[in-house]
Amino acid sequence: MIRNTLWAVVLACALPAWPIAQTPKQLRIAAASDLQAALPDIVRDFERSAPVRVTVSYGSSGNFFAQIQNGAPFDVFLSADVDYPRQLADAGLADPSTLQLYATGHLVVWARRESKLDLSRGLAALTDAKVRHVAIANPKYAPYGRAAVAALRAARLYDAVQPKLVMGESLAQAAQLVESGNADVGLLSRSLVLGPTLKAEGTYADVVVAYPPIDQAGVVVKASREPALARAFIAFLRRGDTGRQLERFGFALPRR
Amino acid sequence: MDWQAIWLTARLAAIVSGILLVISLPLAHWIVFSRRRWTFLVESIVSLPLVLPPTVLGFYLLMAMGTRSPIGRVWSEWAGHPLAFTFEGLVVASLFYSLPFAVQPIATAFSQIDPTLREASATLGASTLRTFFRVVLPLSIEGVIAGVVLSFAHTVGEFGVVLMVGGNLPGVTRTVSIAIYDHVQALQYREATMTALVMLAFAFAVLLAVYGLRRRPLAAAPMA
Repeated sequence: MIRNTLWAVVLACALPAWPIAQTPKQLRIAAASDLQAALPDIVRDFERSAPVRVTVSYGSSGNFFAQIQNGAPFDVFLSADVDYPRQLADAGLADPSTLQLYATGHLVVWARRESKLDLSRGLAALTDAKVRHVAIANPKYAPYGRAAVAALRAARLYDAVQPKLVMGESLAQAAQLVESGNADVGLLSRSLVLGPTLKAEGTYADVVVAYPPIDQAGVVVKASREPALARAFIAFLRRGDTGRQLERFGFALPRR
Repeated sequence: MDWQAIWLTARLAAIVSGILLVISLPLAHWIVFSRRRWTFLVESIVSLPLVLPPTVLGFYLLMAMGTRSPIGRVWSEWAGHPLAFTFEGLVVASLFYSLPFAVQPIATAFSQIDPTLREASATLGASTLRTFFRVVLPLSIEGVIAGVVLSFAHTVGEFGVVLMVGGNLPGVTRTVSIAIYDHVQALQYREATMTALVMLAFAFAVLLAVYGLRRRPLAAAPMA
């Protein structure tokens, strides 16, 4: 009995040390939540190509922007826009030479499958009297929220839809407000609604009015402890097979 | 300064602590004085929000309020709009969230009353209700005030649940804690600091009131 307990103690002490010895390098990525569906496969492929363990945090780009400004320990920042990474580079908090477009996102109108809304009408469907709440990401700090507002303005529907807007603190939370049946429809990213959960539960229509393109850029954080690996990851995003994975989730690729 | 958010939060907390007072008096009375063996079960359920992460509560509330749940559908049909993203929705959420902060101090005060006083009142022919208002309540008024103040303060400080079911609507569901979060996210540290200072001052004042009240000798307690 005592011997068993002793062994358990020895094992418990040795366990935490074991994975550290196995994978000496860790890469921490802060990623915009529109990457939630597409990124896991890409990360897995990257981990196969190099001895590295990648951990990804998803959230709104503005949130990560603020966190990195205050010393958050990320190596790579994958934003849903170009401005945040550029501002970090300008402030000397990111390596400007690593600033790299990796994809262009698209805005869609998404509703649950049982919704009787005619999504083929595009943004005009949001003015339907049946629609009480339209979920968007918070435009104050989520690029997709800003794109949603811009698209509504471009379609001259903003004043009509504005009273119906509810805001998630990230794109993912906006999606969750619709998915749970609290909001009737959401202005989300195509990449998110093509993910397994939302794909099974709802239908979407592309937003066709002209809105500023959602160009997404990544950058290596200056304080990164693994700058070489971080650089390698950004380069990995531009590889052909990675690009095809991004396209599979509805992203367009930047011109080479 | 987010006066709109401050006013909204004050209204929310006042309504919630008012309703909780009405709920908590009979509930605490039953928990403390009932002879049933399963009062501890009710006590545990009431105290759940103390230990549950707000995200768990927020998640369940979001699911319950949505049109996919029977409760959400019945409410939507009756009220004509979903419960989430409304002020009433926040009131309902906060009632769950702050319930233990009202019930526990009141129940503690009730349990410290000398049983012979209640028995004497009953022997003299007073009904339970009369005994409650003439004996129990005056003797536990400090606990009752603490319950109201703490549930008010706890509702003011609510964040995770509101973030999950509120939808961040200015003047409707954007409470002070959400407004501060928004400012910080948008790097408006100046605005965040101003509002945060108001919260800090408020929280300190509440604690001063609660602990100041507790130090006072029983004889000097205000009578109802």
